[in-house]
Amino acid sequence: MSGPPPGSAATMERPAPAAPPPGPGRTLRQQEGRAGLYLISPTLVITLVVVVVPLLWAIMLAFQDARLINIRQVGIFGHYTLENFTYVLAEPGFWSSLVTTLVYTVAGTALSIAIGLVAALALRDRFRGRTLVRASILVPYVAPVVAVAFLWDVMLNPQYGIVNTWLGEPVAFLTQAEGTLFGVQVPVALLTVIAFEAWRYFPFAFLFILARLQALPPELDEAAVVDGATPSQRFRYVIMPQLWRVVALLSVLRFVFTFTKFDDVYLLTGGGAGTEVVSVRVYDFLTSRDDIGASAAQAIIMAVVLVVFLVIYLRFFGGGAERS
Amino acid sequence: MSQAVTTPTPIPTPASPPPAPMSRDRVERAVLRVLKPLVITVLTLVTAFPFFYMVMLSLRDIQELILDPGSLWPDRFTLSTYADVLGRQGFLTFIGNSAIVAVASVAVTLLIAVPGAYAVARLRFFGRRQVHFLFLAVYLFPAIVLAIPLFVLFTMLGLRGSLVGLILVYIAQTVPVAVYMLRNYFESVPQSVEEAASIDGCGRMETIWRVVLPLSKPALMATGLYSFMIAWNEFLFALLFLVERRDSWTVSLGLSQLAGSIEIPTTVLMAGSVVLTLPIVVVFFASERLLTEGLTVGAEKG
Repeated sequence: MSGPPPGSAATMERPAPAAPPPGPGRTLRQQEGRAGLYLISPTLVITLVVVVVPLLWAIMLAFQDARLINIRQVGIFGHYTLENFTYVLAEPGFWSSLVTTLVYTVAGTALSIAIGLVAALALRDRFRGRTLVRASILVPYVAPVVAVAFLWDVMLNPQYGIVNTWLGEPVAFLTQAEGTLFGVQVPVALLTVIAFEAWRYFPFAFLFILARLQALPPELDEAAVVDGATPSQRFRYVIMPQLWRVVALLSVLRFVFTFTKFDDVYLLTGGGAGTEVVSVRVYDFLTSRDDIGASAAQAIIMAVVLVVFLVIYLRFFGGGAERS
Repeated sequence: MSQAVTTPTPIPTPASPPPAPMSRDRVERAVLRVLKPLVITVLTLVTAFPFFYMVMLSLRDIQELILDPGSLWPDRFTLSTYADVLGRQGFLTFIGNSAIVAVASVAVTLLIAVPGAYAVARLRFFGRRQVHFLFLAVYLFPAIVLAIPLFVLFTMLGLRGSLVGLILVYIAQTVPVAVYMLRNYFESVPQSVEEAASIDGCGRMETIWRVVLPLSKPALMATGLYSFMIAWNEFLFALLFLVERRDSWTVSLGLSQLAGSIEIPTTVLMAGSVVLTLPIVVVFFASERLLTEGLTVGAEKG
């Protein structure tokens, strides 16, 4: 495209306010604002229609006695009640699922970040075949959840699963709520689901941490080597302080995603054997129990609990993360 | 220059041994030298082995698996599992559905996100700063909360079983992230090029089409792949909207539904999971560099 050199175009950038407004009586700035709104409006409309409005509706449904059969009678001005909440909160199943969700989320988040950190540190320096190892590490995260959940299901199957052929006696990893390991009572299925979570999402942490590691200025580490710092000291005092921010960000992201995660647990155990997390419960109430109101109420409580945790987290760690 | 020559000398310190602290250093280095390859090997095994096993299992007859569950290498390779899963189990139809959903999602997402990202990157308009907040909220928003009203709505409208509703949901989920990814890139396109175009008489849309887009091909690819992966892998909404109509199942949904049945051999279903996984893995590695850059933009800002 032949045109004036970029330099001369730059002088055209901001015409003096005195210049006559082009277009029907509008300034350039007004035109720009208008064009911006036009261009962004499709994005806004679709998020509004498919996200914001449904969210408001979900809140309304939580306060109504809604079932699929009577849903047409439940209008905006229908009968509002707190019954769903009192009903849901009175059920012991809800509280235990909340605890399960919390254990699952904290353990899954911590493990995936810890393994991701180890992986990033191990793959930081070049070595032969690094690209291949890196690629292999990313596959669990990229692969469809249905495929990997089925794969785990088959591998852990007590009859023909390959993992059980390595063990002395078969373990029903996904259908057994309690078991003994070295004489200690452990929740087998829950631990398996947590292991799945760590396996599937450590690549996510790995990607973030590796990107940060490779952006670190090498001078600090080199200076520490000169000063005689051992590898563990360099990690503790030089590298880790520069990673806290990305670890804090990852903690928030993984916590939010895991706390509301549905697919993984549903596909692995269906919520059985002591792995019923809140999102699976929400789904069960929605589909098999056909109790939309109670389902929505639990989803809202879950969202509120999540927000409370986030606020507490940001209160306590947000400041620290800012400083480092 | 002279400084640059002198600095490298102190680095190979291990050669000159100061007594006490160095021994700890040497021990740690020795441990790391063993530990590092070990960690790398374990990580590679743990991530690669299941997929190797997946492929190996999909290539054998179910009898072999039941007789010898511990074997990794099939005695007799067979492709009949693939023929079975694609034909009799209907995976060809599912692949078609998944492809329609994914391609439509990508096209519409880009169509919506490109102007939006351009506006956020370049134009000052009312509410520009608040827009970021909305995108972050949608990105973090739990799908299961949305699932309830959308399930009710689609039931009322009789849209359950139609792919259109599903595509709409996927678009809404990817557009905000797409806007975010594209905006970062658009901001790096020099403004002077656009100004030159506008002096040549290009309107705003023409500038985007003729100047900004050709310069942003990598970002467009990355964004498109991101939304392709979401649409291809997604499970919850597919389950809620399509489960009652087998002709409309996506590959993910099809595999999850058939996985429960006793009549279909596990090795045939394994062939199904290879069919489900392969396109995504190929697409991802064909463009891995682009995609990881897009996914980690947030990390590099810190």
